[in-house]
Amino acid sequence: MTKDGYIPSIGLEVHVQLRTRTKMFCACRTDFGQPPNTLVCPVCLGYPGVLPVMNEQAIHLTVLTGLMIGARISEYSKFDRKSYFYPDMPKNYQISQYDQPLCEGGTVTIALDGERKEIRVVRIHLEEDVAKNMHFGTSSGIDFNRAGHPLMEIVTEPDIGSPAEAHEFLVTLKQMLAYAEVSDCNLEEGNIRCDVNCSVRPADQTALGCKAELKNLNTFKGVQAALEYEIDRQTELLSGGGTVRQETRHWDAEAGVTRSMRTKESAHDYRYFPEPDLMPVVLRRELVDGWRKTLPEMPRARRARFAREYGIPEYDAGVLAADKHVADYYERTVRCPANPKAVSNWLMTEMLRLLAEHDKDIRSIPLRPEALAELIKLLEDKTINMTTAKELFAELFNRGGMPGELVAARGLTQVSDTDALERMVMQALEQNPKSVADYRGGKKAALQFLVGQVMRLSKGKANPKVVAGLLTKKLDG
Amino acid sequence: MSRLSSLSVHELLDRLAAGTCTSVAIVEDLLSAIDQCDPTLGAYLSVEREQALADACAADAARADGGRGRLLGIPVGVKDLLNVRGQPCGCASRILEGYKAPYDATAIARLRAEGAVFVGRLNMDEFAMGSSTENSGYRPTRNPWNPACVPGGSSGGSAAAVAADACCIALGTDTGGSIRQPAGFCGCVGLKPTYGRVSRYGLTAFASSLDQIGPLSRDVRDAALLLRVIAGHDPRDSSSVNVPVPDYEAALEQSLDGVTLGLPEEYFVAGLNAEIRDAVQAAVNRCRELGAELVNVSLPHTPYAIATYYIIATAEASANLARYDGVRYGLRVKDAADPVEMYGKTRAAGFGDEVKRRIILGTYVLSSGYYDAYYLRAQKARTLIRRDFERAFGKCDAILTPVAPTAAYRLGEKTENPLDMYLSDAFTVPANLAGICGLAVPCGLTGDGLPIALQILGPAFGEPTILRVGHAYEQSTDWHAARPPAAAPENSDS
Amino acid sequence: MKEQAKAGSIDVGYVAHLARLALTDSEIERLQRELSQVVAYVDQLAELDLAGIEPTAHATRVENVFREDEPQPGLSHEQVMANAPVSARGQFLVPKILE
Repeated sequence: MTKDGYIPSIGLEVHVQLRTRTKMFCACRTDFGQPPNTLVCPVCLGYPGVLPVMNEQAIHLTVLTGLMIGARISEYSKFDRKSYFYPDMPKNYQISQYDQPLCEGGTVTIALDGERKEIRVVRIHLEEDVAKNMHFGTSSGIDFNRAGHPLMEIVTEPDIGSPAEAHEFLVTLKQMLAYAEVSDCNLEEGNIRCDVNCSVRPADQTALGCKAELKNLNTFKGVQAALEYEIDRQTELLSGGGTVRQETRHWDAEAGVTRSMRTKESAHDYRYFPEPDLMPVVLRRELVDGWRKTLPEMPRARRARFAREYGIPEYDAGVLAADKHVADYYERTVRCPANPKAVSNWLMTEMLRLLAEHDKDIRSIPLRPEALAELIKLLEDKTINMTTAKELFAELFNRGGMPGELVAARGLTQVSDTDALERMVMQALEQNPKSVADYRGGKKAALQFLVGQVMRLSKGKANPKVVAGLLTKKLDG
Repeated sequence: MSRLSSLSVHELLDRLAAGTCTSVAIVEDLLSAIDQCDPTLGAYLSVEREQALADACAADAARADGGRGRLLGIPVGVKDLLNVRGQPCGCASRILEGYKAPYDATAIARLRAEGAVFVGRLNMDEFAMGSSTENSGYRPTRNPWNPACVPGGSSGGSAAAVAADACCIALGTDTGGSIRQPAGFCGCVGLKPTYGRVSRYGLTAFASSLDQIGPLSRDVRDAALLLRVIAGHDPRDSSSVNVPVPDYEAALEQSLDGVTLGLPEEYFVAGLNAEIRDAVQAAVNRCRELGAELVNVSLPHTPYAIATYYIIATAEASANLARYDGVRYGLRVKDAADPVEMYGKTRAAGFGDEVKRRIILGTYVLSSGYYDAYYLRAQKARTLIRRDFERAFGKCDAILTPVAPTAAYRLGEKTENPLDMYLSDAFTVPANLAGICGLAVPCGLTGDGLPIALQILGPAFGEPTILRVGHAYEQSTDWHAARPPAAAPENSDS
Repeated sequence: MKEQAKAGSIDVGYVAHLARLALTDSEIERLQRELSQVVAYVDQLAELDLAGIEPTAHATRVENVFREDEPQPGLSHEQVMANAPVSARGQFLVPKILE
């Protein structure tokens, strides 16, 4: 509900680029960032005489997505030609699905402020992506590398009630798709694009208001910001006695406003008809059930299982389960075996931090689960201290190896022997009379400083607990 | 002795195998024949002299080395809408000026693999839209039986060249009769395979659910030979069917004993041209003499076939031809302010009248508010037409009909009224709608000396049957040996 | 589905724009005449009783024709640009697209 008592209704049309090696209807690669017009063939260029051939993996991934959201997988579906002329269209018709899509129905459950809400999905269908336009001075350039990339379109009912919910929907969807490896969902690469329908109505009205369509939303935050603006705009209009026009509006992220787009054709006449070059897709129950078995455990279920099976807090489970590959890594490490809470701590702190800093994927780092498990054991056995452990972690992260070997080779074993430490403790006390005085004067924090001094003297190898104990004895005694 | 370029392909293969001629000699003679008669006929849009001779030379060498391609060293003519790597593929249209095909159509690749030599590109109605080759973007082709007459269309160049001995065998395409009707008008053999029998990959699309590639040849045996090479499943064509390719030549040896032939009453209506009726009836009688049984069948939805065809074909064509916009290849009209203007001007300048007509009709029948009344209705009518044939083939093995309601007419005679031209396709379009196969064989001449042909229709994948019937009939007559007046002279040195 | 417009009432000028054909006035006039006649002819399909008849979208009864997700080489950049009417910086150029 807006502050003026209007209820927003938001529907999304999300276009997701599927994670296939080749395009939807030809065998060109789908790599991103290649020089223009280098990943093309007569088919995706719309040359005379070419014919499309369906990429089975694209069908598979779309069906998996449908299964994940509990949609009905159509036993019979087909492709249609959607005709319109535009420079980014190699054939000036797009092969899409009109009235018999691959999936119908289903829901995506979002959680916001502790509340759960089900957003209904109308349908999921498959189509081919268009080329990329670039604008120069008096001309536009077209790169067909992207043309023909498989695109999955997910259309929701207008169940979304606020910009925050829309954002959460997209985040949840992205997580689900990344989990099932359906899409890389990399916004910079344009893997996931969104059009939004938005209307508001007075609280006492049941029928939805007139909706506007928002385009050019390139980030999830952009979706949220655009919706916030648009809802305000519509609310102001209506409460001022005006009416909302059904139109397409362009989001200007810099100015923070939506603007009515130049009216092109009032409504496209797409002249849909069944694609004669492609045969129907018949998905019988046995095939779909077989594909259902290839679905990974979903994030929500995995989080619950982590908390239950490994006895870690909900919060930890949530962080770990958020990314499928991090979750996989976690489980492999715990099964080495290693203490679940310790593994969780290391992943949530050092691991995620270093992954972000170095912009790496956890699957590509040399630090193997077995090595992490060994590091944790060395720490538990008090063979090494935390400082050493953190340094080793960083090194293993960058260069691999096994911590036990490194500790042995470099003599990194923690020094806990009191005799050995005694000398350094004495030295630290002698070198820092002020801290001694501070401590004896009531500043307990000075102890930590002195511990640090001993650590420095021991080149980090002293067992800090033992050091603290020795210092305390000497200072208090 | 007959000159080489006037022999059938199987005769040439015999001589090549026996070593009594070379492929180079065949191609040289063919090029000379083309020089002699094509200035009158205009069947060729381009002739690949050097390349063809080079390929013939290579074929001779390969043969000497033990090479065994089924068509090794045989020159083949190609209708201008088949993509041949490195050659222009203009579809007889100005909108494709400048376009060079970077790939081979599958049918072309298969011919190449069997050693065929591509000798030139043959004239056609622009984008295969027409029944007389008068819609070519360049010039009409003339009928070798009477150069004032049309050769038929859209594969008019292919038919005229084969009939005139200016081409040993040619590829054509058939969407509504475009192989069978010109073959009939020019007195040669033409075969439309079952839909899905031959890959459409590389065939510039006119109507996707109707188009098929097929041979135009001097006799039925040659057609069987060529079909064997080009037929077969292609993973690049999702509409191609995975059915084994039989030995079509073996099918030719059987007599007509035990064959039942159906005569559809709807094709022999009261108003049918008397000469056509008599010639076809004589052919029917000959088939009975050869051992076939005759039965009457009915194809009740025949009168609706033209309407059904012109809705479906133009609808599919309107989408298939949308890609010709000057962006990626072909003609582009410059000095346009924006892409919309560029498209409009390029397409207006590049397409001829008939193409524009069909694009507009096709766009209309798919447009909002009209889809149900036209396109959807036509697809349902198509089901009824298909069922007519299925029912009829329950009573007979093949169906005999005339190919066209008239023989070849004069150039310009039917260009005034497009509808007149469309109505002349009545006997050929049903086979495309039903997806079945059809063969045209010559069966007579009119009083004016123009060819009349018999059409033999078979069920889906019934090519062995129609080839058998066609061959038996052909071998019992001399029609296939008749030479048109404007054919290349019988001696190469004339 | 939009309401059924009156069959046989083809507006050539409008349809030509949908199909991106820039026709002259005299062309439109001629085509209007010719195509009205053709449309009137094909309207005869309205005579048929098509209740319960399935449309034939494909002449063959094939289904599930798929391809493995395996890359194959396409065209080289040079081959592609060789056919381009106007190009620069490796891209196909068109007059500036107005959004």
